[in-house]
Amino acid sequence: MVTIQNLHKKFGKNQVLKGVDLNIIEGGIFAVLGPNGSGKTTLIKSVLGMVIPNKGNIEVLGNNIKKNSDYRHKIDYLPQIANFPSNLKVKELIKMIKDLRKNTNEDKRLIELFKLEPFLDKKLGNLSGGTKQKVNIVLTFMFDSPLIILDEPTTGLDPISLIRLKDLIQAEKAKGKTILITSHIMSFVEEVSDEIVFILEGKIYFKGTIQDLKTKTKQPDFEHAIASILTDNHA
Amino acid sequence: MLKILKYSFYDLMRSRWSYVYFAFYLLLGVVLLFLNNDLSKAVITLMNVIIVLVPLIGTIFGVMYYYNSREFTELLLAQPLKRSSIFLGQYLGVALSLSMSLILGLGIPFVFYGLFESSAIWDFSLLLITGTFLTLIFTALAFNIALSNENKIKGFGYAILLWLFLAIIYDGIFLMTLIMFEDYPLDKLSLVGTMLNPIDLSRTLILLKLDISALLGYTGAVFKQFFGTNFGLIVSFVVLIIWVMLPVWRISAKSKKKDF
Repeated sequence: MVTIQNLHKKFGKNQVLKGVDLNIIEGGIFAVLGPNGSGKTTLIKSVLGMVIPNKGNIEVLGNNIKKNSDYRHKIDYLPQIANFPSNLKVKELIKMIKDLRKNTNEDKRLIELFKLEPFLDKKLGNLSGGTKQKVNIVLTFMFDSPLIILDEPTTGLDPISLIRLKDLIQAEKAKGKTILITSHIMSFVEEVSDEIVFILEGKIYFKGTIQDLKTKTKQPDFEHAIASILTDNHA
Repeated sequence: MLKILKYSFYDLMRSRWSYVYFAFYLLLGVVLLFLNNDLSKAVITLMNVIIVLVPLIGTIFGVMYYYNSREFTELLLAQPLKRSSIFLGQYLGVALSLSMSLILGLGIPFVFYGLFESSAIWDFSLLLITGTFLTLIFTALAFNIALSNENKIKGFGYAILLWLFLAIIYDGIFLMTLIMFEDYPLDKLSLVGTMLNPIDLSRTLILLKLDISALLGYTGAVFKQFFGTNFGLIVSFVVLIIWVMLPVWRISAKSKKKDF
């Protein structure tokens, strides 16, 4: 699905990714974890082509992503902070994204699911953080793409929306899609993900199931397993 | 690219500033015609305003739009769109909406005053054409500056400096060199010097079209010989087109290498 080879990225003097090798197979939910500033978002943005790597190779569904933007038709991306043009209405934004990508009717179901009808005629600048995130989720899930990338999807969501989001993620997984998630909420990660990828200081430190991680760190629960990696490495 | 252009254009048409800019030119046109009572004279006064103001507005608007639409840009970057079409679409959206404000704002009062029956129509058209060129050039330069500077304050600073340099300082330096080397034949040099600055080039083009080159003395005669001919006119437009192409090319090249 996604193959990353020897990925390097430097921002000025700050070397963020130092040779990442990662192979994500088709189907399942993968969580990308790591401390703040470990390069999670940079890694995801490299896959999306928003960050241009200094070195290395990325393939998505067998296509090298260099100098090619068509592969993004096959990716649904939920950005970390929902930054939208503030003078657009929710309705107009959804229409615009559909116009830019392709037409779909899935948005109606999602709007209903997240109870967004009362906000459709409001401007995005006037929405609360949580509502913006719901709009963000609708925009991401309304296209039926084989690869879904979610960067901190839980930000600002109330408990009921969080449950709906989890259901939505499971439903997409059941369709055989590949889902990449980054999150700092460990309970969320533990609940939804099949496999985790742990990034530390710009390299893949661990890749495997949560059970493997617990065995490796000799910790009884997931949260402590992560904490023990961090303390052992002074991060 | 056309879709991006459409959305940027709508976005700007909706913002207050396009109307303020449009209203300003409308007012300027009406007031000038009212005070001058003569189309040709109004064209000359307008030229002096346009030559300085259009580049300034183009620069400021270009930088402002780029920084303000960062969110929009990031949203677009995650879609299956080419980078160059995102940025060129936005650039054209800004440049075309500014040009439209200029052309409509000035055009409407002049048309009502009886532009089509007047002999000043060609001078006026040239004024609008150079105005449009200046908008295209300076918006492109502004996008270049904004793309190269993450820091807004720095970006604005460089943009203003660029305008100041081309609109005012360049002339000063140019004049100083002419005075320093006054013992040498300078007509070729001053011709080249004029060509290298789009503001000077536009000004000279219009002045010579207005047939007031006699005011410029001997140099005026040399200029008239060059710019007054079809060859000169074509060369000038080619130079203006190059002035648009180079920054636009850099927008597309720079945007391909940038991280977001």
